[in-house]
Amino acid sequence: MTGTETAPSDRYSISVEDLCLWYADFQALKHVSVDIREGLVTGLIGPSGCGKTTFLRSLNRLNERYGNVKTTGTVRILGKNIYDADVSLGELRKAVGMVFQRPNPLPVSIYENIVFGLRVHAGARALTRRQLDELVELSLTEVALWDDVKDVLHRRATHLTLEQQQKLCIARLLPLKPSVILMDEPCSALDAEGTAAIERLMDGLRGRYTIVIVTHNMAQARRTSDECIFMLLGELVEHGPTVNVFLRPTRKETEMYVEGRYG
Amino acid sequence: MRHAAALRLSRLAEPLVEAIIRLCGWSAIFFVFAIFFFVFREGAPMLFGALDLGEFFTSVNWRPDSRIQAQYGVLALLAGTASVTALAMLLSVPAGLGAAIFVSEFCPPRVRETLKIVIELLAAIPSVVWGFIGYMVLNPVLIAVTGAPIGINILNGGIILALMSVPIIMSVGEDALKAVPDTYREAAIALGASRWQVVYKVLLPAAKNGLLAAALLGIGRSVGETMAVLMATGHAVQIPHSLLDPVRTLTATIAAELGETVEGGDHYRVLFVIGTLLMLMAFLVNLTADLVVKGVRGKQNG
Repeated sequence: MTGTETAPSDRYSISVEDLCLWYADFQALKHVSVDIREGLVTGLIGPSGCGKTTFLRSLNRLNERYGNVKTTGTVRILGKNIYDADVSLGELRKAVGMVFQRPNPLPVSIYENIVFGLRVHAGARALTRRQLDELVELSLTEVALWDDVKDVLHRRATHLTLEQQQKLCIARLLPLKPSVILMDEPCSALDAEGTAAIERLMDGLRGRYTIVIVTHNMAQARRTSDECIFMLLGELVEHGPTVNVFLRPTRKETEMYVEGRYG
Repeated sequence: MRHAAALRLSRLAEPLVEAIIRLCGWSAIFFVFAIFFFVFREGAPMLFGALDLGEFFTSVNWRPDSRIQAQYGVLALLAGTASVTALAMLLSVPAGLGAAIFVSEFCPPRVRETLKIVIELLAAIPSVVWGFIGYMVLNPVLIAVTGAPIGINILNGGIILALMSVPIIMSVGEDALKAVPDTYREAAIALGASRWQVVYKVLLPAAKNGLLAAALLGIGRSVGETMAVLMATGHAVQIPHSLLDPVRTLTATIAAELGETVEGGDHYRVLFVIGTLLMLMAFLVNLTADLVVKGVRGKQNG
């Protein structure tokens, strides 16, 4: 479905052009080009090892933590190529938040987890204690966690249940006002109830944030995403509205994958 | 048939292996108590007999050989141990923890391996060689730099001890940092933290117990070290007034004098009382470390 869109380009939040990525000699991404629409939930699907997590992590340049990674091509977010030499990684990651596969709250209090981003970006110093408190309440309310933790804000976040931890991990992105939220299989460590809660949450964030979610769970991709990208062996195979990808795939590989014939 | 025989053998072997392992575990505890007991036994007749504990801890007069009146005051020796250890810690804790942070977080992998091998090589140098370095190399350097009449003093001993403690502090500290789950680092980085912010906002708080243990192990090493300080600190019984004063430590006193004493004599027994004192100090350091670590953990759970 790519290319048939008639929408003006300013409605794209992320524009990827000819993105290639190598881990040493292994090419994990091959000439990926895609435009991701603003305010929608875009699902990234494909069998293990197809490069979907690598692709996701190249959108906030998190891949670069490992040495020997080489990237070519351009990724434009908010109109700027994030691989330009003058891009500040701190600012990029402020605009592009990330939620991980396993909930990873920092080993500090719930409160400090929420304001961590502000402290890192020196935004906390400009705010009064009361403003910080309000931001914490707002963020936790947004993820439906405020009522559960409002009395234990200064307890360590690592003692929460996994579901609460993952909600917290989403909440701590919000004070930084990101435009994009990347989610790497955010429900794979959670039970059915936790999964449902996170999905409800994503639904509430839809429209205000551009969400890109990697998932192994086909049913989840269908439930949560507006558009879907199917990847295979480091290449983008198909991209379009989720309904089309699942019901009227244009490529044989996509059809076989969504039917569960492999992967 | 063979299978059955093997089964029988394993049925016999397993309890045997278990018993041996249990014995190993208990023997460690047994030996610690045995060592303490024998050291204490040699010192006890003096400790409960002629020794005046008030004088022992408050007097600076260490005159065990005096024909007229032998005096056993260890205050100066305690001051010697404390001053050399304190200086060594002041130098080695920042250096060791800094090295641990660099090796674990900032260093490219290839440099890391080389660096670790070199630093661990430092730990393999015998302490008498360190003493020799203090005596022959650092001594003239300190005389030239500070203008002190002699270069074997607190400064010399502290530097030598610090060099000896750095490898331990670094390797234990690095283990502590490596034990911090990588997900913490990713979480902080993904929120925009720089590498240095990751270190002081996430890793140091997360690894503080392990880093504290590293520092305390370094202290234990410094308090107990004997040969190097014997050679590098000047061996003068006095309360030091500056870094350039020679001192004598508790350990060096035992090492230097025990061979000259009459077995069973007062001097001999007092040296064992000092040994008991050193063991108590080591025990206290370890206990404090344990309690601090447990205390921190308890608060986190609460």
